[in-house]
Amino acid sequence: MALQSLDIKQRSATTTPAPSVRKTVEVAKLIDVSTCIGCKACQAACMEWNDIRDEVGRNYGVYDNPMDLTDKSWTVMRYAEVEEKGRLEWLIRKDGCMHCLEPGCLKACPAPGAIVQYANGIVDFHEEHCIGCGYCITGCPFNIPRISKEDGKAYKCSLCSDRVAVGQAPACAKACPTGAIQFGTKEDMQDYAAKRIGDLKERGFDKAGLYDPAGVGGTHVMYVLHHADRPQLYSGLPADPGISPLVSLWKGFAKPLASLALGAVALGSLFHYVMKGPNEVSKETEKEVEKEGSQ
Amino acid sequence: MTNHWVDIKNADLVVIMGGNAAEAHPCGFKWVVEAKKGRKARLIVVDPRFTRSASVSDFYAPIRPGSDIAFLGGVINYLLTNDKIHHDYVKNYTNATFLIDEGFKFDDGFFSGYNAEKRSYDKATWQYQKDKDGYAMVDETLQSPHCVFQLMKKHYSRYSPELVSKVTGTPKEDFLKICGMIAETSVPGKTMTILYALGWTEHTVGSQNIRTMAMIQLLLGNMGRAGGGVNALRGHSNVQGITDMCLYSEVLPGYLSAPTDGDKTFDEYLAKRTPKALRPNQMNFPQNFPKWITSLCKAWYGSAATKENGFCYDWLPKKDAAYDAMAIFERMHQGKMQGFVCQGFNPLASMANKRKIGDALAKLKYLVIIDPLSTETSEFWKNYGEFNQTDPAQIQTEVFRLPCTLVAEDSGSYTNSGRVAQWHWKAADGPGDSKGDAEIMAALFLRLKEMYAKDGGKFPDAILNLAWPHRIPAKPAPEELLMEISGKALADVYDPKDKTKVIAKAGEQLAGFAQLRDDGSTSCGNWIYGGCWSQAGNLTARRDAADPSGLGQTLNWGFAWPANRRILYNRAGADPSGKPWDAKRAGIRWTGTAWAGNDVPDMRPDAAPEEKVMPFIMTPEGVARLFAPLMAEGPFPEHYEPYETPLDNNPFHPKNPKATSNPTARVFKGDMDSFGTAKDFPYVATTYRLVEHFHFWTKHAHINAVLQPEHFVEIGEELAKEKGIQAGDKVKVRSNRGYIKAVAVVTKRIRTLDVDGKKVHTVGLPLNSGFTGVTKPGFITNTLTPFVGDPNCQTPEYKAFLVNIEKV
Repeated sequence: MALQSLDIKQRSATTTPAPSVRKTVEVAKLIDVSTCIGCKACQAACMEWNDIRDEVGRNYGVYDNPMDLTDKSWTVMRYAEVEEKGRLEWLIRKDGCMHCLEPGCLKACPAPGAIVQYANGIVDFHEEHCIGCGYCITGCPFNIPRISKEDGKAYKCSLCSDRVAVGQAPACAKACPTGAIQFGTKEDMQDYAAKRIGDLKERGFDKAGLYDPAGVGGTHVMYVLHHADRPQLYSGLPADPGISPLVSLWKGFAKPLASLALGAVALGSLFHYVMKGPNEVSKETEKEVEKEGSQ
Repeated sequence: MTNHWVDIKNADLVVIMGGNAAEAHPCGFKWVVEAKKGRKARLIVVDPRFTRSASVSDFYAPIRPGSDIAFLGGVINYLLTNDKIHHDYVKNYTNATFLIDEGFKFDDGFFSGYNAEKRSYDKATWQYQKDKDGYAMVDETLQSPHCVFQLMKKHYSRYSPELVSKVTGTPKEDFLKICGMIAETSVPGKTMTILYALGWTEHTVGSQNIRTMAMIQLLLGNMGRAGGGVNALRGHSNVQGITDMCLYSEVLPGYLSAPTDGDKTFDEYLAKRTPKALRPNQMNFPQNFPKWITSLCKAWYGSAATKENGFCYDWLPKKDAAYDAMAIFERMHQGKMQGFVCQGFNPLASMANKRKIGDALAKLKYLVIIDPLSTETSEFWKNYGEFNQTDPAQIQTEVFRLPCTLVAEDSGSYTNSGRVAQWHWKAADGPGDSKGDAEIMAALFLRLKEMYAKDGGKFPDAILNLAWPHRIPAKPAPEELLMEISGKALADVYDPKDKTKVIAKAGEQLAGFAQLRDDGSTSCGNWIYGGCWSQAGNLTARRDAADPSGLGQTLNWGFAWPANRRILYNRAGADPSGKPWDAKRAGIRWTGTAWAGNDVPDMRPDAAPEEKVMPFIMTPEGVARLFAPLMAEGPFPEHYEPYETPLDNNPFHPKNPKATSNPTARVFKGDMDSFGTAKDFPYVATTYRLVEHFHFWTKHAHINAVLQPEHFVEIGEELAKEKGIQAGDKVKVRSNRGYIKAVAVVTKRIRTLDVDGKKVHTVGLPLNSGFTGVTKPGFITNTLTPFVGDPNCQTPEYKAFLVNIEKV
């Protein structure tokens, strides 16, 4: 990539080594559920910054809207009414990509370079390489990516990699009115979380803790939870997420088959070329691609 | 707000009641979170629903809509019974020691002096006992049965925890827990802030809801203190500015009491509006009324206003009846109005009883809408099927739509809830033919003036002589307007202590309202904004966030009225000797020669503590009123049931049916018939907005529509089960005034309450729906609300009424 702060650490279906000269800090977004009021400013900011506009839906008898992540809603608030010790709690969680250290989506992806992980920890989809197979969804322990009906490609939260690359916090963090979404180095976020957890314990939440699950190597989106012992309370946040065995299967046995399928895609592209002619590529783009290739 | 947004972070306890700050003020809510994070503050939420605010609270308790005075009166009783009050504060800074007329009584729901025919009180017995000099008499021992303290104690002794729980539906142990948490802030080292909004104002006892909490804050010694105060969170970004500037007919700009038919001459008017001090040595600041009103007349009529003609007092409209919004629509409904200019207002959607409003608009000859959006009101005549059933052929009202710009398309100042005016700069031109509001008003005015000049008329003087000192008359600049509001010297202004010293030269902007004069030598469009544009320039445009005290006072950020003061009554933040009650959160202190500190002193700067000039300078007695004879329904707040109540009587006065609801509430003839009873409408309803939408505006914006696309109503699980309603079902909600249909949200967050031995269910009604915009077209929630208002400020009772609900 052109931006040094976005050095690529891993690339789907690629074996060439990653750049390793520059030192980049690991970043993280911390979502403090205990100070989130569920205002959906993060959802609005995400649509604004990323130029995505989901459809105007309908109400399904709950506060959630849109009801689920879509190719145009990369983050949604999920609302859970839970009774604890005879008192009601309204647990509101912002759902979206967790940016795992060991991303199941990237491991599962058969398209070279469609999913990348930057040295700062962000897992990003490069849709131009996406073949729309949906393996990333299977690979994701959090059920995050969604395939677009318009272009057949997978979309999800990019942690605003474009903003982060130029030293800005993600749009959601910038818009959050209560400071429930914090952004910084992963280390700073862990320190900040420790303070919040101390405060929650002092308020009687004995099991308050940080959600940074080891099963995926830790995440670059973390939660402060009042009930860290039971993340499922928060609209089914997985207690112990890990990469699906199917992905391992794919890595061993099924990959050749899929490669065959890739071949078919290539053949399809050839037909496309014959029927429609070459895609127009400007001289500049060509040069850039060459430069990238030579890196 | 007596305090300001940032100051919330200084509180030890935040109480949200009669509002839902997280929902309606998510940005300001950050200061609640700061208080929790930075000071380990606790957050209490009391609301009929477990709200978004409640979701991050430390303690939540449910309450039946319309029973807040019962709850808060119970808190007063708890504080007095358990002696959890700030004694020095109460004794020195409130009227607790004042003696009240011996004829004052409270008997089974009525105070002395009620006139049933007029539905109002003769307040003769609600007055202070006075000595031969006309000063109020006090009992420093607080023992006299006629002193405010004893009267208050007696009045609230009836508000036992058992009765409170019976009336409010709040479980007794929850109520007592909250009382305990509140009582902890009665020590000088702790403060509590209360954040409320329309959940308290929109009741037939709205003003008294707020007063009850003000009394609590006085008993705790929390007024005038960092992290304290009684804080109204205003419902629109600039609604504070609107009330200050008086887009409200009962008062003139700066809350100056408007002249009435009875005030025949300027002198008579001044005499009635200029109070005399009720205790020795008090500032009695309203004694400056003549300076404010004279300067206002000079701003309006310029050189035409002279001492000889009473500064054109005769040209001011004299009120002969009520002209508040409810009264206007009542008059329109009676067919007594020809035209209506509706600027930035969507009454079809936002006034109570939509049908009455629609019928009223249909009786107009013409309706002018000045708005950036196609509001429901602008299409009141159009048939939108079930959402707006009309027959356009039968409606003769001619509607003119004048598209205006949005806030980012014009410069100007915004005044937020904390009274801080902040200038904003135009960011873009408005689309199409839209024009700024001032330009539209100028065009209307200049055309009228031309017509009066040419054709004459019954009363052309006030129009022809109106001062219009704008460089481009057809386009008054926002800067010119703010300078006019702030005030300037028309002739040299001299120092009252040294008549040879000029403090402001003719033509200069004034430094503040202290420089205003009653001789016509100054002009000022709104005295409380005096000095916001001084010789130093536009102070509302300041953006210096420096905060040396760490309290968030930022005295060089924008301009807070009055006098750039950030916390009102800040003199009360120090003890009688001038030492702050809490050194760590000190506002101002007596330095030995002057008042100074982290705020602009709310006190004469050289008033030494020995002079005993008391902190509440806007009252003639110098102290705050626990007993307030100005209120229409009584000097002490009393619980009255909403006009539509699920109960058979007022449990405080079960044997007196006349005391069921506020005996002085504003009810128009004919509207009594529009009220329903619990027999037909057994459920309590309350209305509110959602965070995803800003009133009826943002349903025109795609992103907001995505986040909350369709109208819904909320009910508890128990009612849903009884009615066979499941989440997502379409339901019909009816009141005696009409019906709406919406999607049902079934939730644990609305509990069925046990009230006076009955099960009371609450139906929650978000109000952001309507039939114009990009959300799913929906009904107008105010189809259901009753047209009955608070007698002090005429706000309708949107927050507690009766409905029925069924699955469609």
